[in-house]
Parts: sequence; structure tokens; C-alpha cells
Amino acid sequence: MIREYKTIHQVDGPLMMVEHVQGVTYDELGEIELPNGDVRRCKVLEVNGDTAVVQLFESSAGINLRDSKIRFLGHPLELAVSDDMLGRVFNGMGQPIDGGPEILAADHRDINGLAMNPAARDYPNEFIQTGISTIDGLNTLVRGQKLPIFSGSGLPHSNLAAQIARQAKVLGGGNFAVVFAAIGITFEESEFFIQDFRRTGALDRTVLFINLANDPAVERIATPRMALTAAEYLAFDKGMHVLVILTDITNYAEALREVSAAKKEVPGRRGYPGYLYTDLATMYERAGRRLGTEGSITMIPILTMPEDDKTHPIPDLTGYITEGQIILSRDLFRAGVNPPVDVLPSLSRLKDKGIGEGKTREDHSGTMNQLFAAYATGKENKELMSILGEAALSPTDLIYAKFADEFEKRYVSQGFDENRSIEETLDLGWELLSMLPVGELKRIKEEHIEKYLPKKDKEA
Amino acid sequence: MSGKIVKVSGPLVVATGLGDANMADVVRVGEQRLIGEILNMTGDSASIQVYEETSGLGPGAVVETTGAPLSVELGPGLIETIYDGIQRPLEKIMSISGATIQRGVEVPALDRERKWTFQPVAKPGDALQGGDILGLVQETPVVLHKIMVPPRMKGTLVSIENGEFTVEETVAVLKTDDGKEVPLTMVQKWPVRVGRPYKHKYPPKTPLCSGQRIIDTLFPLAKGGTAAVPGPFGSGKTVVQHQLAKWSDVDIVVYIGCGERGNEMTDVLREFPELVDPRTGESLMKRTVLIANTSDMPVAAREASIYTGITIAEYFRDMGYDVAVIADSTSRWAEALREMSGRLEEMPGEEGYPAYLSSRLAQFYERAGVVECLGSDAERRGTLTAVGAVSPPGGDLSEPVSQATMRIVKVFWSLDSGLAYRRHFPAINWLRSHSLYLDGLKEWFDENLGEEFLQQREKAMAILQEESSLNEIVQLVGKDSLSPKDQLTLETARIIREDFLQQNAFMDEDSHSPFLRQRRLLGLALHYDKLCRDAIEQGADPAQLFAIPARDRLGRAKSASAEQYAAVFDNIGMDMEDQIAAIVKGGEDE
Repeated sequence: MIREYKTIHQVDGPLMMVEHVQGVTYDELGEIELPNGDVRRCKVLEVNGDTAVVQLFESSAGINLRDSKIRFLGHPLELAVSDDMLGRVFNGMGQPIDGGPEILAADHRDINGLAMNPAARDYPNEFIQTGISTIDGLNTLVRGQKLPIFSGSGLPHSNLAAQIARQAKVLGGGNFAVVFAAIGITFEESEFFIQDFRRTGALDRTVLFINLANDPAVERIATPRMALTAAEYLAFDKGMHVLVILTDITNYAEALREVSAAKKEVPGRRGYPGYLYTDLATMYERAGRRLGTEGSITMIPILTMPEDDKTHPIPDLTGYITEGQIILSRDLFRAGVNPPVDVLPSLSRLKDKGIGEGKTREDHSGTMNQLFAAYATGKENKELMSILGEAALSPTDLIYAKFADEFEKRYVSQGFDENRSIEETLDLGWELLSMLPVGELKRIKEEHIEKYLPKKDKEA
Repeated sequence: MSGKIVKVSGPLVVATGLGDANMADVVRVGEQRLIGEILNMTGDSASIQVYEETSGLGPGAVVETTGAPLSVELGPGLIETIYDGIQRPLEKIMSISGATIQRGVEVPALDRERKWTFQPVAKPGDALQGGDILGLVQETPVVLHKIMVPPRMKGTLVSIENGEFTVEETVAVLKTDDGKEVPLTMVQKWPVRVGRPYKHKYPPKTPLCSGQRIIDTLFPLAKGGTAAVPGPFGSGKTVVQHQLAKWSDVDIVVYIGCGERGNEMTDVLREFPELVDPRTGESLMKRTVLIANTSDMPVAAREASIYTGITIAEYFRDMGYDVAVIADSTSRWAEALREMSGRLEEMPGEEGYPAYLSSRLAQFYERAGVVECLGSDAERRGTLTAVGAVSPPGGDLSEPVSQATMRIVKVFWSLDSGLAYRRHFPAINWLRSHSLYLDGLKEWFDENLGEEFLQQREKAMAILQEESSLNEIVQLVGKDSLSPKDQLTLETARIIREDFLQQNAFMDEDSHSPFLRQRRLLGLALHYDKLCRDAIEQGADPAQLFAIPARDRLGRAKSASAEQYAAVFDNIGMDMEDQIAAIVKGGEDE
């Protein structure tokens, strides 16, 4: 049943009030037809008796209260999915913008998806080799994980994400696809990704959803959900291993705040709505693996932390939902370390499930912990040294300080083009650890020290 | 009795024509019969929170009341099951609706087909009252499920069965005082927002052994007590909660994943069946009930989930068991409360949370305790321990949920992201945490572990305190300017931190450590301190003392296996004495 009304009573930013409606349901999709024939989309936020509050996905400019018509379509916002989507470019609302033909839909899916039953999840434990030492060695990514990159404005997060998309591979292979959602980023940033995908031939395996900075902000609320709906189809219907890159979540949250403010909701921290956590969770939690299906969704959301502040609500709530975070550091970036991954506060919660014998190598866990601890000690000692001078440190402390420098120079700073195998990463770790006295390697099993520690230093 | 929807706003639905419904009744909303609960009533219109996604609902849809408040089913079949926030079994839902949770799925909480062997305990003619045991069902190899007379019921037993029954079949008939014959099954229903009754409550006196050294030795939790674990993300909150769920020496664990990650619940679901309970030799899952309302599941059911969990826990407590409820995380629960409150257009308190936040939290934690259970048999005691995680935004403990929680709970394990960056796990900050049970538990500790247990604890805490003030000096003038004794204090503090407090949850030998072993390990560290202190008095060089091989072995002592640890510790202790004596002697000879 399609019902059409000309009873738009009020337009206020992205919100509209429509009166004398009947049979309208919550979350239903609507279309507004302007006198000049333009059609814009909206969804129902609230129905109270015969009044409906709807939220526009596009700009409200040009809507005339008297002559505009609104139609309710009887279903929520949907995306037409099919495997023809691979290699195509869509706008933030899921319409093709690459000049190609319309997608012949295999199915129409509600973009909100449904909550995944925790009993039906399969635990992510397959190691993904990204070729980046700080990730593979210390913050291991596994299939089905959601691992965000916390960055700041001006930091090379796009390069890092592109490097991961380019180099990521799983021992054993599988059918691979990338779903990329640009959420309110600039044309140049978006073009960087497209060019990089094209250069490496990945574009044919990629679905792009592009909402640029000058596209309507409210559309951004739908864009990541469009991308995830496409990803779910490819992963769980078509058995592909999908890497989803969402950039930039900060823009998404700001769009959400804009709508919330228009609705006059009680704001939570920094004006963001109280349900920001739940809202983000309904996106992030769509990553994962399901029992009995082949595919997986691995998610890398990118967000720029306002003022590089990790306690800002967006990174904070994200960190509570995702399975770890890769944090980029401005200090390292300034020092010319690339990718500038800040190792200590970065974390992959699922690393312990994806590493070790049969997955990477038996010594992985021990060396990882040892490298972390040694680097942390080294950095502390360096700080101490800058206050008190070298003389205040014991010889061991000095070795640690030197270790921290070498670690940053050789382990972290590998550039955006070097692709290291996991063995190379682990061996490099041992090489660095051999700088330390053997007695300090308490977190590594003795038999592994025997087997892997470069020999010359042991005799010394 | 049915009404009609007039307003839909997210999970909040307003319906009229519900004059006959009661406050807090469960209602069925719309064609899909979504489950909801009445939050408040004005005239014949009711505000309803719906536990499922309300997409597609509109004015005019039918609302029916069930006439009963939100309740859980209590009976055999609870253990080993994973439920959602309103006690729907998720594995059954999966067999009906696949990998995602479709709306309006109706599944009974307890399996209706499965037969249980009911072994009667009461005899016909017995005068019984609420809480008395009718019979026994061996639910899992480690859980003996006691079928009890529901609270507030009283009468004479007319008949009782023996054999295999489903939960719906009558196993006994009770004649009440007014002459009515009431058939009893193995299942009881209980409203989740009402605490189950008991005879008396007592202060907690026995410790809960979690096998985690920093918890058991420094900040112990009592059985029947309450604790909170606040911490910013990445500080290992969930690992601490999982460790408690795994190794606590209780009979039953109810683990509530409230608004947290789906994969974490999956992890519990896949890992627990593989882990062996050191006390029973059976799989840990055989004593666990899981409630999972992950962050992507409907927010209103999240609000209900902690009540569902604690009611199930109280039921097992009533049988006389030690039960632990572990809720991860109460902050997400509070957020659900805030969201509903906002939609009800209530006047917000701090940070948008409703004004009743702290009283609701207090009501939850107050359901913990040591109680004398209902029933005519004397001295059946059960305990309910409640542990809640708190996820303060930005790690800032001044926010309302942390503050309200801190006022209520007795044990506070404050997680520290600084420790987590250094990979010091569990990242519980020893200077900011506290336990108020130390006095109450003193008697038990003195009796079972000797007085030295608490003396050692005090000593260790003093050393750690001193370390933090010495560190301030070191920051200014460097380590070398400290006196040898102060240097030793720093070294001992390092041993306590690295070799005692740090514990690797993922290493089999170290994941869990019984009380006695904890006492011995800390004893060893303090023994080293004492020997060195004496040696320094006699003029030994601290650098030499810190470099003895036994010091290194002390660092690896925690990875000794459970069978060998006593011998290994003894051996390290002896080596230590010899090596330090040799240094002292060497010094004298020169």
C-alpha cells in the first residue's frame, strides 16, 4: 500500500513533521516529491497518533510545504544486493554513480540488518598477514575482527589502511573482497583509495560507497550501513572474505549528533546522543564469522580523534566495542617513522587466538610480550634520561633505551611499501631482543630462546 | 484485554485501552507479538518498553497484556544454557531463525521435551513450607538441582512421584491449609525485579578464591560480597571477569554479557566447555549459566538482562549453593536505562542519566549476600556474590555510574591503562584499589592460612606504597643516590609487581593459583627481601645481591606446574639462602 500525503506541516533542518497520516509505521522509508520533480528520501522516526516525524537523508532545501508530496513505501530503507556490485561505485545512498547500469538485484536487504545471535558466531582465530610488523607481530589481526585505526587529522591513516587492503592475505587463501565506505571525507582522500585499488588491480574485487564532504551530512547515517549490508551479502551469502574499510567514523558521529540535536534529545557527553554507543555497536558488531558459513567480515573503521584525544566519546566508545585499536602517533610521524603506529596503547584483543604454533610460529606469543615489555621499559628509561642525563642510568637501563630507539627505527618504521612475511617479522624481533642480556628475557620460554635467539650473542 | 498503539518512538510504544493491565505487566505488541513491558500508566494509556526492534510498528496495532510481570522460569535445564536478556534460549532461537535473531520468536526458557530423573526427598504426609526440598535432579555431573516448594506456599504433601519427568509434568501434590490441592512441577516462575525471599542475611565471612593473586591476596572478595571492576577500554576488564567466572571456587556461575561484544560471549561459549574445573574435574560449563545481550541486540532487553541473571542466581542460592553473578558491563545497563528514560521524557539527572540510577544500582547489588535459605531444615546457607564491570567513558571515574557503584560495593579493583600498556596484567592498580572485607575475613585467613598470610599482605602493601614515594625521589635524583636499603625496597617491589602480581591468564600453569600457593610465592619474595636486608646490614653490595641466579629463578617460579611448585619453591628458597650467604661471606673475607 502506497500512501501519498501533501500535509507536510513543518521542516526543521533534517526533520519534517507530516500530519493527518494513516497506517504509517516506525522506521518506514518515505519519498518526498518536490514540485520540480526532485525525489528525496526520508525515514520515519516517530509516529504519534496521526502525526509522523520523519528524518531526511538529503538536504531539505527547496521543500515547499504546500506543494511537496510525501509517499510512505511500507518498508525500511533497503539496498539492492548482488555480486555484480563488485567493481562498482555507489553514492552514500546506494545508487550507482559510475555511469554503469543499475544493479540487477538478487535481493533487497534492510540496511539495518538483524542482530547476530551470539550462539551462531564462530570465533575469529585465523591469522591475517598484513605484512606490517607492528600489526602482525604485536597486534595481530584475525579474520572476522573489528580493528579500528585511531588517527588524528594530518596523519597517514589512509596510507596504512590502503597498505592493509593491498597486502592482507590469509595462509590458505580464499575468495577475497573489499567493501569501502567513504563517509564525509574529501574528494582527494577518496581518490587516493580508488587510485590505490586501481593501481594494484584490487578495484574489480571492491565495492565502493562514496559520501563526500560536500554531500548531505544526514546521508552519512545510511552510508556505513549500506556498505555493511553489501558486505554481509558477499560474506554470508556468497562465502567471500570481506575486508570493510569505513572512513571516517568521526564524520558519521557528527551527522548523528546533528540529527539528535534537531530532535531536541537530551545530549550525552559533548553533545553526542546518549545512544551513540548502541548506535555504533549496531554497525561494528556486524563484523564477524558465522557458524556453518564460509565467509567473514573483517572491519577496519578509521576515525580521526579530535585533538588527538583518546577519551573523546567517539574513539572512547569505539574502543569499548571493537576488538582492540591501532593508534597512530603524531610524535612518531614527526620523527619520520612510517607507519607511525604507537605500539604501546595499540592492542588487538584477538591476537592470542590467532597466533602460535600452527598459525604463525610457536615463539610468537613470548616474543610479542617481551618486545612490548622491553619497549615500554626502554621508553621509560629514555624519559628518565632526558631529565637526569645518561649518567643516572645503569648499564642495563641504557641498553633498554638503545633498544627502544632501534625498535622504532627498524621494527616500526618499515615504510608503506614493504611487505614483510610473518617469519621476517618474528626474526627481526629476535634480532632486536638479542641486544638485551639473556637473563632479561623472562617472558619467553627457555626452549624458544635456545632455538631462535641469534647464536653469536648467546656465547658472548 | 487488548489496547491499541497510538505512538511509536524507537523501543518506546504508547498504547491506549489498557485499563485492566497492571503496572510492570508483560505485553505482546503488534502482529509479530513482540515482547514488551509496561513502564508507566496514565488513565488507560500505558508506556511500554519493547524488548525487540520496533521497525514496522505503527498506530492502530494491537497490544495485549499477559497480566503478569516479567518473569523467569526456574528449574532443571538452566545450567549450560545461553539465554538472551529476557531468558530466551539463544541456541534454540538459532535453530529457528538462523544466524540472526528474527523478531517475535517464541521459545520456552526451559526445554519442554527433555526428561529429568526426579528423585523424591519429601514423603507424603510431610508438612512443607516454601523453600523445602521436594526432590533432587542431577542436572549436570556437578550440579545437583534441588527442587523446592515455591516461596510463600505451605501445606501437607499428598503425593510425590519418582522417575523421569519433563519440567511441565506434576511431580508432587501439596494440600494447602485452606484445603486446596496444588499440583507442583519442577519449574517455578519468579518476577525478575523482585528479590527472592530468604530467612536471614549475615555478613560475609569466607573469602572467594578466584585464583588471581592480586585479588585473593591483596584485595580479597568475600563469598556473598559485592565488587566492581572499573577500567577504560583495553585495560583487561573482560579478561578479569572471565578469569573470575572460570576459577572462582563457587558452585554456580551466572555470567551476564550486558551490552558487550558478541565475540566475547562466543569465546565463553566455546572456551568454557573445554576448561576443567580444578575442584570437580568436570568442564567449567557444567556449572555456568550465560546471559547474552550483546551491544547490537535490542537495548530494552539489555536493561532486563541483569535482573534475569540475578534472579537465576538467587534461585540457586536458595538451594544452599555458593553462586557468583558476573555482569559485564553495568555501564551498558545504565545506558539502556538512560535511553528509555530519555524517551519517556523524564527529567534527566547527571549526564542525562535518570535520577533513579543510583537507587537501581543499589537494588541490584543489594541482592547479593550470605543468607539462611527458606525452608524448615535449619542451617541451609547460600551465598550470592555480585561482581560488576564498569566502563567509565574515557576512564574517568568521576562519571555517575562509577560514582554510584563505588558508594555501594565493598571491593574495588581499579584497572589502570598505564599498567596495561606495560603489559602488566591483571592491570589492577594496587594503590587505587581497596577491599573492605579484610576485617571480616581475618578470622578465616588466620585459621586456614595462618596469621602470616595477612601479615605478608600488609608487608607487601607497605613495600608497594614505599616504592611509589621512592619513585618520586628517583625521578628527581636518580636511582644511585638512594641508600642500599631503599634500593632493596625498589627491587623487592619489582619482584612483587612482576613476579607475584603479574599473572598470565593465557598460560595454563599461571592462569589460576590456589591460596596456599599464593602465600608461598609471596613468602618467597619477602624471604628474599629479609635475607638481602640482613646482608646489606652486614655490608653486602646490593648490586651483587640483585644479580644472584636464585633471583632469576624466582622470576620464573610462577610458571612451575601445580604438582611440582612446592618443591621448586623450596629449592629456590634454599639456593637463595646459600647464594646470599656466600656474598656476605665474600664481603667479610675481603
